[in-house]
Amino acid sequence: MSATTENTVHEMAAQKYKYGFTTDIAMEEFPKGLNEDIVRLISAKKSEPAWMLDWRLKAFAMWQKMEEPHWARIHHPPIDYDDLYYYAAPSAPAPKSLDEVDPSLLDMYEKLGIPLNERAALAGVAVDAVFDSVSVATTFRETLSKAGVIFCPISEAVREHPELVREYLGSVVPVADNYFAALNSAVFSDGSFVYIPKGVRCPMELSTYFRINAKNTGQFERTLIIAAEGASVSYLEGCTAPMRDENQLHAAVVELVALDEAKIKYSTVQNWYPGDADGKGGIYNFVTKRGACRGRNSKISWTQVETGSAITWKYPSCILQGDGSVGEFYSVAVTNNFQQADTGTKMIHLGKNTSSTIISKGISAGHSNNTYRGLVKIMPGASGARNFTQCDSLLIGDQCGAHTVPYIESRNMSAKVEHEATTSKIAEDQLFYCRSRGLSQEDAVGLIVNGFCKDVLKELPMEFAVEAQKLLSVSLEGSVG
Amino acid sequence: MLEIKNLHARIGEKEILRGVNLVVPDGEIHAIMGPNGAGKSTLSYVLSGRDGYEVTEGEAIYNGQNVLEMEPEVRAAAGIFLAFQYPVELTGVGNANFLRTALNAIRRKRGEAELDAVAFLKLARAAAKTLQMKEDFLKRNVNVGFSGGEKKRNEMLQMALLQPGLAILDETDSGLDIDALKIVAEGVNALRSPKFSALVITHYQRLLDHIVPDVVHVLAGGRIVRSGSKELALELEAHGYAGLEAA
Ligand SMILES: Nc1ncnc2c1ncn2[C@@H]1O[C@H](COP(=O)(O)OP(=O)(O)O)[C@@H](O)[C@H]1O
Ligand SMILES: [Mg+2]
Repeated sequence: MSATTENTVHEMAAQKYKYGFTTDIAMEEFPKGLNEDIVRLISAKKSEPAWMLDWRLKAFAMWQKMEEPHWARIHHPPIDYDDLYYYAAPSAPAPKSLDEVDPSLLDMYEKLGIPLNERAALAGVAVDAVFDSVSVATTFRETLSKAGVIFCPISEAVREHPELVREYLGSVVPVADNYFAALNSAVFSDGSFVYIPKGVRCPMELSTYFRINAKNTGQFERTLIIAAEGASVSYLEGCTAPMRDENQLHAAVVELVALDEAKIKYSTVQNWYPGDADGKGGIYNFVTKRGACRGRNSKISWTQVETGSAITWKYPSCILQGDGSVGEFYSVAVTNNFQQADTGTKMIHLGKNTSSTIISKGISAGHSNNTYRGLVKIMPGASGARNFTQCDSLLIGDQCGAHTVPYIESRNMSAKVEHEATTSKIAEDQLFYCRSRGLSQEDAVGLIVNGFCKDVLKELPMEFAVEAQKLLSVSLEGSVG
Repeated sequence: MLEIKNLHARIGEKEILRGVNLVVPDGEIHAIMGPNGAGKSTLSYVLSGRDGYEVTEGEAIYNGQNVLEMEPEVRAAAGIFLAFQYPVELTGVGNANFLRTALNAIRRKRGEAELDAVAFLKLARAAAKTLQMKEDFLKRNVNVGFSGGEKKRNEMLQMALLQPGLAILDETDSGLDIDALKIVAEGVNALRSPKFSALVITHYQRLLDHIVPDVVHVLAGGRIVRSGSKELALELEAHGYAGLEAA
């Protein structure tokens, strides 16, 4: 290949990720590397109370004794945790209202399709915008607070609502749960906090938009959502990052707590930079997400559309403790080029008559590898528990891999667990049929893939389903022919 | 006008089309008959651009363009439509969504405005009604769980909406009862115009009672071995294809 052709190919591969631009803004970064001082600096930067600092330091001490997990079907060169920045934030003082937010940041969010200006914002969706290590704006706070809903950066919640944060933080994902969760607990910088009081149906969709911008910087956000008795909320997170040749680490923790009769719907459209067509660059997405259905008849649904990241390591799970509680996991994971995804869920049934549904759609193209890994565990007390699992894999081309690793552990005779799995290829005759009707190769793949994912996409809030459909087509561009 | 000149095509090492010559002027409907394995479906796939067929000689010109060099979707935009002998199932893809995506893709390529969902549904419902299809057809997944006859009717629905200039019907009548056959024939007849032409591949004279062809050709052994008026179909029905291959 001539140099110019090669460049064109690179440019074309690059163009497909339209969120790959960088934003030039004065930043404050802490020195590279991780040690107790950095943990103290982060805590001080956020004016945290002593208990929070202690919590972080304990987590840091535990993390130092832990080892990076290597059981997933992913491969990457060793991560040098001392070669990363753990804190990066715009250096201007924190804005007190939207009017004070740096206009170049507002422009950036506008460009990403997330206008933060409330007049221009998507109707009915409140947004918390997290830029590198800090939350830069949260919209519709007034509207929400009238309903009694707390929606704010978690750094603010630590200061303003310590009783809630102390009660619930780390109660679902313990500090030493796993290597990345421990790391996050030590250095998390921002993220969203949501509290829906008793009996309140949150009047708007809540969403957090994560943007990694700074170079060589890890993003460690932390999200905590609590739905009190009878409360309900639908929450969506979106994420993008610039195209950079270096891999970047993203290790988030999300904890959900649903009390009696409460419902939490958590949707993710994950579009971190996946790396280029040769597998260079991209985000390492090592994320721990877990929800506790603590109360009777509570319900937690995870819906995820994962198209980005060089590596995805993520298992949004439900602990079904309350009798009659319900856990759901709907997932579409797309891998193309050299992306790797090892994702799935854990459904832990503790309470009586608990039920869970798992629908996983994996799509692999290029040289990518896509693994579904799931655990359904029925504990002795979970009489009448039910699970239905369906894992479908779709292969595009013959250089990619799809793997299904379902674990089922049932310790209660009355439980009923069903598992179905299929693997298929996009058939040549399907593509030809579509093309003979006028669809381009790419539109045909998009149509077939969206059809394959329909059962999951229909679980997304309306506004985002369309976005997700487009994203699927874009992620698979150039994967056939 | 479609002009096929000395068309040779192979699948792997096997030569299937061995010098097909055929001219279909605008406004005419030509029937192609011939024994199983003669290459009828191969001809229709080569004309619509399916992968896996290697054209070794000859050309196919439609309205002045060599279609053999065009991508399938470009042929579709140029007005070529193939009603499949075995329509393909698309799991999870709604029929209406599929049809609208196809129609709009073609309209875009032709420089026409796209149809919004409401305008499209109006059109699709009317077309479905003409074909005596139940409305839930539009909501079901493309061909999934359709009976043989329903699949064929769905092909006709697509044809009615896409309004091709050249329709190739590959055994669309096979597996249809007489009522369905009439509906299909009406669908084709409705498109008749000085700008429309069709290649109707069939084994049965009875279809040609309803879609009266201007010319009947016999394809055997990869060549057109006989052409004649519509009476040729009657003769074939009576005597079969015996001896034609040698002709
Ligand atoms: N994919 C294929 N690979 C090999 N041979 C094929 C393939 N498809 C068709 N053929 C052969 O090509 C010949 C013509 O087939 P076809 O065009 O389907 O005939 P017809 O439609 O006239 O019955 C037959 O001998 C058939 O077996
Ligand atoms: Mg045939």
